[in-house]
Amino acid sequence: MNIIVCIKRVPETTDADVFIDKSGKDIDKSGLVFDLNEWDSYAIEEAILLKEKLGGTVTVISMGGEDSNESLRKCLAMGADDAIRLTDPAFQGSDGFATAKVLAEAIRKIPYDLILTGTQAEDDGYGQVGVVLAELLGILHAALVNHIEVQDKKVKAHRELEGGLEEVVEIDLPAVLTIQTGINEPRYVSIMGIRKVAKKEIKTFRASDLNLKADEVGLSGSDTRLEKVFLPPVGEGAEILEGKPEELALKVFDILKDKGGLS
Amino acid sequence: MKEIVVIAEHRRGEIRDITWEMLSKGRQLAESAGADLSVALLGKGVNHLAEALKPKAKRVFLIEDERLEFYNSEAYERALTQLITERKPFLTLIGHTATGMDFAPSLATHLKLPLATDCVGIDLEGETFSLTRQLYGGKVNATVSFVKQGPYMMTVRPGAFPVLEKDPLAGEIVSLSSPLTDEDLAKRFLEYVEAAAGEVDITQADILVAVGRGIKEAENIPMVKELAEALGGVLACSRPVVDKKWLPKGCQVGTSGKTVKPKVYIAIGISGAFQHVAGMKGAATVIAINKDPKAPIFSVAQYGIVADLFKIVPVLKEKIKELRR
Repeated sequence: MNIIVCIKRVPETTDADVFIDKSGKDIDKSGLVFDLNEWDSYAIEEAILLKEKLGGTVTVISMGGEDSNESLRKCLAMGADDAIRLTDPAFQGSDGFATAKVLAEAIRKIPYDLILTGTQAEDDGYGQVGVVLAELLGILHAALVNHIEVQDKKVKAHRELEGGLEEVVEIDLPAVLTIQTGINEPRYVSIMGIRKVAKKEIKTFRASDLNLKADEVGLSGSDTRLEKVFLPPVGEGAEILEGKPEELALKVFDILKDKGGLS
Repeated sequence: MKEIVVIAEHRRGEIRDITWEMLSKGRQLAESAGADLSVALLGKGVNHLAEALKPKAKRVFLIEDERLEFYNSEAYERALTQLITERKPFLTLIGHTATGMDFAPSLATHLKLPLATDCVGIDLEGETFSLTRQLYGGKVNATVSFVKQGPYMMTVRPGAFPVLEKDPLAGEIVSLSSPLTDEDLAKRFLEYVEAAAGEVDITQADILVAVGRGIKEAENIPMVKELAEALGGVLACSRPVVDKKWLPKGCQVGTSGKTVKPKVYIAIGISGAFQHVAGMKGAATVIAINKDPKAPIFSVAQYGIVADLFKIVPVLKEKIKELRR
């Protein structure tokens, strides 16, 4: 079973104070910590679990600058066999569709049975790359997968629907599955583990290596263009309770008595 | 005549809310563009659903086939390719849902239509669309335009557009033949599986105390559970807590979990991602405790405490025990 996993390095913004940068087209990333996209960490873990069970190889691919090596090495330390980085100035400004085109051209060069991606990325949240990729490669897909069973030349996948419901589908391989968080428990990678793979070669492919013309990728090869970013309008907002913890406790108690029927 | 087509979403015999939301927004766009609004319904034995859609659109395109009884991206792609190729709508709207996320990107690619996903705002000026999307988990909004010429396809975030009451349209059901042949589908629907029911039904509680990513470690969960117990309430959580296996799926509030409407909802260490808010915005009163004053949960809550939960929750628990004695 040869598995390809597409990953992305993203800034961690969940707990960060976010500001718009001078271009007005992105956030200021200077003070932010970067890591492997959360969805992708579940995708790489799932690939490695499948490899441990069925044998074969795991190849991890990312489109991005040299910084992306950090996330590729994390995947190598987790147990991936090979890492490939797709990099070219022409890739700048690629949306989800253009990104999928670049990934597809690289993947055509590698034998595979199964491709895993995260369902979406924490930064741009397109939620489309894996499904577009499948179409470009002419293979089938299932999105939002939270359970996988491989059976010979096909795979049984559970797709997460709304309201706690799951849909079980069977797909002939090769296929693309986009992985939902919670499918497994991504393994911890120690600093020692990262050091062990520090010297491992990360292959790079440029646009010309992939026979991609400049106008097929980047902004001109994209469906959409980002014009500007802005902070979301704040709603009416909560009445902020102030005071020492004991005073706050009293206020919360009063609200609960009033609104929640607490005696 | 220009046309906008909404792809209806339905499951287990019911039209899903996103369909009404898209028809409402689609009607507004159609009126401003001087276009017709149509809706496409794919399924088997869904004539009653087509009837229900009639007042909301000029045409209801109905494609019935036993291979469409359950949603299947492969079957949807084939059926919708025929419909969109024939009708050439200048805009196709699809829900950014578990269903739409599974077929819109491949359908758009197949038809070579530009696609914008997860739109929370759609404005049309002349022939030009200006869209609003969210980045970085909702921390910033982005204005997005199309690089290419239309026709266009968009996926629409559930809950982003209200359902407005408008005069009914005299919709006409147009039955279309199914393009699906006997050729085997390489993707097959097998069954639905329900998430295991939790020990406690969080949808029935008057007071819910919900914990999120801010709790940091599994070992800290009991602290929040004790607060819930001190209040006579029930413990619930947001998605990251379930992803990390700290609490069972039955405790999860949000799009992929439960929808709750308690009298009081206390959100602890929950930032308020839209998927979570979708599950708890029906709560009568919301109290949020979060150390980030910019957390979106404070826009949903009536009362907020900007503080470190580890300092406030233990005091809250003790004080409430004392006051209730």
